[in-house]
Amino acid sequence: MSEWLENHLPKVVLAPSFIAVLIFVYGFIGWTAWVSLTRSKLLPKYEIKGFIQYERLFDSPRWDTAINNLYIFGALFIVIAMVLGLLLAILLDQKIRVEGAIRTIYLYPMALSMIVTGTAWKWILNPGLGIESMVQGWGFANFEFDWLVNPDYAIYTIVMAAIWQSSGFVMALFLAGLRSVDGEIIKAAQVDGIPTWRIYTAIIIPSMAPIFLSAFIVLAHLAIKSFDLVIALTGGGPGYATDLPATYMYAMAFSRGDIGQAASSAMIMMLVVFAIVVPYLYSELRAKND
Amino acid sequence: MTDLSMPQTQTRTQSATGKIALRWLLYVLLGLFALYYLMPLFVMLTTSLKSLEEIRTGSLISLPREVSFDAWKTAWSGACTGIQCEGLRPYFWNSVLIAVPAVAISTLLGALNGYVVAQWRFKGANIIFSLMLFGCFIPFQVVLLPMARLLGIMGIAGTIPGLIFVHVIYGLGFTTLFFRNYYVTIPAELTKAARVDGAGFMRIFWSIFLPLSLPIIVVTVIWQFTQIWNDFLFGVSFSQAGTQPVTVALNNIVNSTTGVKEYNVDMAAAIIAGLPTLLVYVVAGKYFIRGLTAGSVKG
Repeated sequence: MSEWLENHLPKVVLAPSFIAVLIFVYGFIGWTAWVSLTRSKLLPKYEIKGFIQYERLFDSPRWDTAINNLYIFGALFIVIAMVLGLLLAILLDQKIRVEGAIRTIYLYPMALSMIVTGTAWKWILNPGLGIESMVQGWGFANFEFDWLVNPDYAIYTIVMAAIWQSSGFVMALFLAGLRSVDGEIIKAAQVDGIPTWRIYTAIIIPSMAPIFLSAFIVLAHLAIKSFDLVIALTGGGPGYATDLPATYMYAMAFSRGDIGQAASSAMIMMLVVFAIVVPYLYSELRAKND
Repeated sequence: MTDLSMPQTQTRTQSATGKIALRWLLYVLLGLFALYYLMPLFVMLTTSLKSLEEIRTGSLISLPREVSFDAWKTAWSGACTGIQCEGLRPYFWNSVLIAVPAVAISTLLGALNGYVVAQWRFKGANIIFSLMLFGCFIPFQVVLLPMARLLGIMGIAGTIPGLIFVHVIYGLGFTTLFFRNYYVTIPAELTKAARVDGAGFMRIFWSIFLPLSLPIIVVTVIWQFTQIWNDFLFGVSFSQAGTQPVTVALNNIVNSTTGVKEYNVDMAAAIIAGLPTLLVYVVAGKYFIRGLTAGSVKG
């Protein structure tokens, strides 16, 4: 008996975690998928009725807003954070004296909760007392900056705060990438008199393609899951102007009592993440096993 | 590593002046960006030290004329989160009570799992690992509804043990990944030799692997602590009045609509809620960054 245990101990140790993941990840995804096909309202029902919840979802103007916001937010957030991160990494890669200190400053927002970030930016962007009144106080009496409470522009305030929070992290990724480029090639190019900007655009940046992919995956993943920041900064408002899929799902699940809608919107989020992450993970794992 | 100051083909004097100008520009740019990242922290800090009167009449970025810690006192022990007015203090301790056991349990389980997956490969171990890894990437919205029901059935809905349970479960993927990637670099011969000498599975773990693991334990603990302390989604979904973590309480204070809006209290509360993770970052930034990059880059 003890010999059996000793031989199977590795499996016995791994089993509880594996079973937990099977139930709480895959089982729960299955449950949500099932419920998304029913007429569940306040309480879950288990009788399958087809894609009725998804039809309701795609007919809902609120979901439409959430998806449009995800496009706007996702695209701007990913592109600007990557450009800014790359720029900062290149600037920091010039044998800077106080590099450690500067890196620490650029990256600290990543340690903060999105709720803290949202609270800070909500104050900074406050139309009555924040940047608007500051600039007015400088003598520009007509200066207006009410994006936080303007339904057409509020989503951009979320982009601003999200970029502040995450761009330092992208910088760290790119900096590690820049440092891993073969120094010999760069030296050879410098000896040949190739200008520095050409060395970056023709040699260094192209060799960092995998880092670009990683940064993209991380940022896209962050964008889709964005929830805390919206809640803290705008609460999804004005009205539902800054709803994202995550806040839509939460509203349906916990304040509207519409479990069917919550489940179907969660499944759509899941599918979007699947589409981005699965090919990436698959290629990573394959590369490792080969 | 490249260097903008490398000699170019211009004449010497031109390139020397250009070089200095370029260095200056570089440092100015870096300084401006540093200001950009520091500005919100600066504004939070100065606002938290001002009186409401000064906030109304002064400028966003001006220094406080009279430094007052009243807002900090209110934020810690008097601010209202809805009907209760006990400040952040009880919720701060809730977060500690949630984070400490959840971090300890998920790190220990991750170490054991990573040890098995990396050093005791059996048929299917890779598939199991891939399945666990994928669990890191799901949007948690997809498990919120069934988890709420399960916690209810288990009788731990809205309790701190319930939140610990949730954080352990959904932290396992990452902790396993961290330890697995670390233990994979330890030669398998070490385990083999120890087995020849008669050491068993647990003995090898305790006396060989665990003593080697300090760096990865630090990375994992920091990662898990930051994740759990900063969590909002689980906290807001699975807590009730009295068991909320600090992030939820902060959001409630800021969005509380009763009475006068006290921006200085909001800012003090935000700093208090952010302080533990900020402190960890300042003290152990190296490990924090390692966790970030390991968690997001390595598949």
